[in-house]
Amino acid sequence: MRRVVVTGLGMVSPLGCGVEPTWKRILNGESGAKRIDTFDVSDLTSQIACVIPRGDGTGGTFNPDQWMEPKDQRKVDDFIIYAMCAAKQALDDANWHPDNEDDRCATGVMIGSGIGGLSGIADTALLLKERGPRKVSPFFIPGRLINLASGYVSIEHGLKGPNHSVVTACSTGAHAIGDAGRLIALGDADVMVAGGTESPISRLAMAGFAAARALSTNFNEAPEKASRPYDRDRDGFVMGEGAGVVVLEEYEHAKARGARIYAEIIGYGMSGDAYHITSPTPDGDGAFRSMNAAMKRAGIAAADIDYINAHGTSTPLGDEIELGAVQRLLGNAASKVSMSSTKSSIGHLLGAAGAVEAIFCVLAIRDNIAPPTINLDNPSVETAIDLVALTPRKREINIALSNSFGFGGTNASVILQRVAG
Amino acid sequence: MSEIGERVKKIVVEHLGVEPEKVVDAASFIDDLGADSLDTVELVMAFEEEFGCEIPDDAAETILTVGDATKFLEKNAKS
Repeated sequence: MRRVVVTGLGMVSPLGCGVEPTWKRILNGESGAKRIDTFDVSDLTSQIACVIPRGDGTGGTFNPDQWMEPKDQRKVDDFIIYAMCAAKQALDDANWHPDNEDDRCATGVMIGSGIGGLSGIADTALLLKERGPRKVSPFFIPGRLINLASGYVSIEHGLKGPNHSVVTACSTGAHAIGDAGRLIALGDADVMVAGGTESPISRLAMAGFAAARALSTNFNEAPEKASRPYDRDRDGFVMGEGAGVVVLEEYEHAKARGARIYAEIIGYGMSGDAYHITSPTPDGDGAFRSMNAAMKRAGIAAADIDYINAHGTSTPLGDEIELGAVQRLLGNAASKVSMSSTKSSIGHLLGAAGAVEAIFCVLAIRDNIAPPTINLDNPSVETAIDLVALTPRKREINIALSNSFGFGGTNASVILQRVAG
Repeated sequence: MSEIGERVKKIVVEHLGVEPEKVVDAASFIDDLGADSLDTVELVMAFEEEFGCEIPDDAAETILTVGDATKFLEKNAKS
């Protein structure tokens, strides 16, 4: 199979618009969590979220007008605008702007989302009930469909290769990057714009995840303390929003045009729990098999892994199950690896999580630094694994693994490696 | 331009994101103002909302230009 490398990065996150502003604040140990002030939260059990800082576009703020015309913004849910923003950044970063038919047909898009346009669906359902079907916009359907993130990006940039989308809950971003890499490896495309996007901060989503008892509810008065993976006081995840998009490219293609190569995707593994719709198997077997499959594909040993970006959502159950699976995978090599959860800083971006976290793995390799797990004041279990509590860890990182696990028992692991030269 | 004409123009500028100078009576939504078939459906809905009237599908099909819309609404507007 052909080799696949990362040549472009793009991101909009609760810590800012752009990869570098976000990364800087992650390494500073900052949190993007705040009280939700865009809708009434008084009757919700979880009243906080990690929210994208909006502004005029300066100072790392997100200004939607820079990424999509206002007349088009009205037609879509925010997850599509976030995807447009991250995809443009990634293509600019890769300096890949195909302008002839061959290059365009060789460039595809695979941007997924966990739940897509939930707030638009909620609003339109109310409109339908109150004022009838004649008031439903012709843009209602195309502005909510998950694959329209890929659709809009392809139209904006003239990308005529495979146009696809992933929907695997919180594994979406990782699956999108892994599957897009496969398309390149098998020759269906030379370049793929891949990632995940999510805009779930709405009353309906907050009510739904709260009903599933997935959200943190004890920190409504101290939002920045709420996402605390592995800490004994953790009590659920903090909702986040944003998008992460990478440009993936066939290795020789990237080399031939002199592209900057951030890292190579050397491994991708998947598994299913076949256990429960929202709970992972208590023995972490699904997570273990996913990581193991990625490692096998990469042809590396557990001892070769330097950094793991954990799924680590800050739920009471999930964090320790994943930790157990990683310990099983690493065995005696456990003490050599650093593993952190950047969800401590940016919350859980659901379908975008795996994509932004793969980007953090790329940056960890680039800068030889493991981002911190903030708020990890008192680990709930003892482990030989370095959980990078509170402050980042400067260390050699050549190989990094990113885990993502989703509702439905769907697991994905991506392994990235520094490319010599 | 009539008062109704001004209101029509404002809606067109807002929905299609075009320069106000281009929104003249003879301008075709699709050929001159860059609308697609979905945009024209939404425009008609916006006219209905603004002018408090119903525009049946067969009438909507005859509204192709800014002037068509103004003329129809001058006859049928309820608000």
